[in-house]
Parts: sequence; structure tokens; C-alpha cells
Amino acid sequence: MTVSTQPTARPAALTSFLKAVSAVAWKDLSAELRSRELLSAMMIFALMVIFIFNFALELQVRSRQEVTAGVLWVTFAFAGTLGLNRSMSIEKDRGCLDGLLLAPVDRAAIYFGKMISNLAFMFIIEAIVLPLYSVFYNVNLLNAGLLGVVLLGSIGYTAVGTLLSSMSVQTRTRDVMLPILLFPVVIPVLISAVKASTGFLNAAPMSDILPWLNLLIVYDVIFVSVALMAFDYVVEE
Amino acid sequence: MIQVRKLVKRFGLKTVLRGLDFDVQPGEFVALLGPNGAGKTTFLRILASLSRPSLGKVSIAGYNLPAQSAEVRRTLGVVSHLPLLYADLSAEQNLQFYARMYNISNMDARITEVLQMVGLENRRRDLVRTFSRGMQQRLAIGRAVLHNPEVVLFDEPYTGLDQDASQMLDDVLRNVAARGRTVVMTSHDLARAEDLCTRFDVLSRGAITASAAHSELGNSNLLTFYKHALAG
Repeated sequence: MTVSTQPTARPAALTSFLKAVSAVAWKDLSAELRSRELLSAMMIFALMVIFIFNFALELQVRSRQEVTAGVLWVTFAFAGTLGLNRSMSIEKDRGCLDGLLLAPVDRAAIYFGKMISNLAFMFIIEAIVLPLYSVFYNVNLLNAGLLGVVLLGSIGYTAVGTLLSSMSVQTRTRDVMLPILLFPVVIPVLISAVKASTGFLNAAPMSDILPWLNLLIVYDVIFVSVALMAFDYVVEE
Repeated sequence: MIQVRKLVKRFGLKTVLRGLDFDVQPGEFVALLGPNGAGKTTFLRILASLSRPSLGKVSIAGYNLPAQSAEVRRTLGVVSHLPLLYADLSAEQNLQFYARMYNISNMDARITEVLQMVGLENRRRDLVRTFSRGMQQRLAIGRAVLHNPEVVLFDEPYTGLDQDASQMLDDVLRNVAARGRTVVMTSHDLARAEDLCTRFDVLSRGAITASAAHSELGNSNLLTFYKHALAG
């Protein structure tokens, strides 16, 4: 008996796209659930950074509030780089990136799937780091505004990071190449995220925070769009 | 089924393929032979739409590359010396993932059928990282034919396999070809190519320098034909 493998009758393009996006994200999350290589590396690194800053900056309460946002975003950015590098290395090492590119789907779906799984890893780390940071630094981080900034900043960071990691993974010096490519491009995200976070933590007026939030939103929209258009050219020889 | 005309591929200043012409009829099993660096893998990557041609025309199953690459990819299965499988997923999860990417209906039944074909039905829930190289290669073939492609490309499928695993792979390859599929395989193993393939093309210095059907070899063996092709 031979089982029919005909693709289901010409599904709507959007449905097919979303299926591919969810398949890529499901695959990454399932593999990570099993190995926990990526999350454990990101988490240990993030905790070490917080721990070191805690002892390096023995600050007064007021000064502590001033640097909190900066320390947080340095932690997220560095831990995120580890995750992005590892996430794409898994694809490259066993030729799986070719396997993905051979699928008859819009390659933007592959990008989106990878971005969603990278974003999920960032959120998991952030969900662990934020409460720990609150305890270490005695700062209340359970602030809806701050959580919104974390969401927007993480989207911008992983949007660019996923694209650049698919570029850097093709090079021999991929481990050092990603931060060199990534950090200059994400400077607007990091600066606006730090400024907006500081604003929310210090209960600054919304008129002071809004320009930074707008910048974050604009950056997210622009870079998700650019990455969607450029991904196909980045991954093809 | 496959038609290639005046194909040129350049990487910067280096020209790897120089006006290559290549035709494969439906159901043929073609061995693409040639020394290291001849451009076999580059050629297969272009056929697989993983690499863009610099010049020339490539069409597979009536679809042109690179314009209709999604349609071409739907008709293709590719096996390389790398398994293209995720080590931290089970055999079944790997196939489920690719079945979703190819939008295959009857996913569970098809996965069972493919696992039976490559002899891994009893290992379906085991992680790929626990598989031997030969088992990984068999699963890679299962992945490549999961969507029942018309054309299958094999790039050095025997690399790193021991004798037993190679013999087992022979059977799987025969099984793949026996279903009327068109197969193109690059290999350095002339004895295996002679045993399996219906036609032999020699790729040397970026172009096809000789081509012969199995029946045209006559009394000479493939090694003699190959040496002649390279010398010429």
C-alpha cells in the first residue's frame, strides 16, 4: 500500500505560510526542550552578569535605580547573542539549514519561525532574570510599562539578530562575527530601550518616555520588514 | 525531466561551472562522476535551488530556476553527505517536521511507510543522536522521499559509511529508484555506480566531458570509461 502524499489542495497562501512558521518554531522549541543547551548557556551567562554587576556597583538606592535599566539590557543583549549564535549553529552544523531551504515554502516563513523561537528563548530568560534582579538590586521591576519595553526591545533585537546570525553562521569566525555585526545595528534599540526603561522605573512623565517608545516601535517595524525581504538573499549562495 | 543549458557558476573571480549542458530523462538513474573540485556538489546545489546560477538555463519537471524555485523544490528530494536531521529530535519528530514543511496530508501513515522503507520503524521514537552514521543516512533518505518527489539528488551518499551500512544503503537506493523516480547521484565509488546506475556522466573542469548509458559501456568497465573521459 502506498500512502498518498499529495499536498492538501492548494491551501491559501497565508495558511501555508503560518503552518511553515509554526513548524519551524515547534521544531526549535522541541529540540531545546530535550537538550536545554541553549537556554542553560543563556541563563548561566545572564545570572553571572547580574551577579558581577551586583558586586561591582555597590550603589545607593537612588544610583541603583539609575543604572538598573542599563545593567538589565546589557544582560539581555549579551545573553541573547549567545542564544542567537547557538540557534543558527544547530542549523548549520548538520546541514539542516539546507534542509529548511529545500522546503517548498516562502523563505520568509523560515525567518519568522526562527525569529519566534529566538524570541521565546529571550522571554524565558527575561522571565527568570527580572525577578532575580528585583531581589539582588532591591528594585521593583513588576511594572507594566517596563514589561512593554522589554517586549518591544526583545522583538527588535531578535528581528535583527536572527537575520544577522543567518549571515554570520556562513563565516568561519561565526562566534565573533555575530556581535561585531549585531551591536552596531541594534544600538538604536538598546539606547531607546534603556531610556524608556529608566523612565518607567523612575516614574517619569509619559511625555518623556513616549519618544523612546515610538523609536522602538518604528525600529521593530522597519527591521522586521527589512529582514523579511533580505532573508532569501542572505541564505542563498 | 532535467534540462540544463550553458550553465555557468562563478564564485567571485573563480569559475566553477563553464557552460555545462546536461539532460536527464524521466526514470533514469544517472551517476555524476568526477574528481574532487570538478564542481559536482556545486552543480547539485544549483539543481536543488540552494545556489543561483550565474548564467544559463536550468529547468526541472518543466519549472525554471531560479524563477520557479518553490515549484522545483516540491518535485525534489535531496540527500547529501550531511544528514540534514536534528540530533535532538527523534526520527519520527524529524519526519513530522519535514512533513509539515511540505504540507503532506496523511502525515502519520506516510511517516510509518517511509520508516518501514528505510528499516527504522522500530527506532522511530529514538533520538537521532543515538543513531549510527548508516542509520542516519537511511533516515536522511526517508526524509528526502517523504513527499514522494519525482526527482531525487544524492550527493556522495556513501561518505563515511562502513561496508554493512553501504550495502544496506544500496538496497534503499534501489528501492527509491524502483518507484520510477529520476535519480542523479554524485559518487567516487565507481563499482557501486556501475551496479546501480543506468547512465554515467563525467564532470571535469566545470563541464560534462563524457556521457554513456550502461548498455553503451560494452566490454569495457566503468573505470576504463572514466579514465578515458578524464584523459580526454
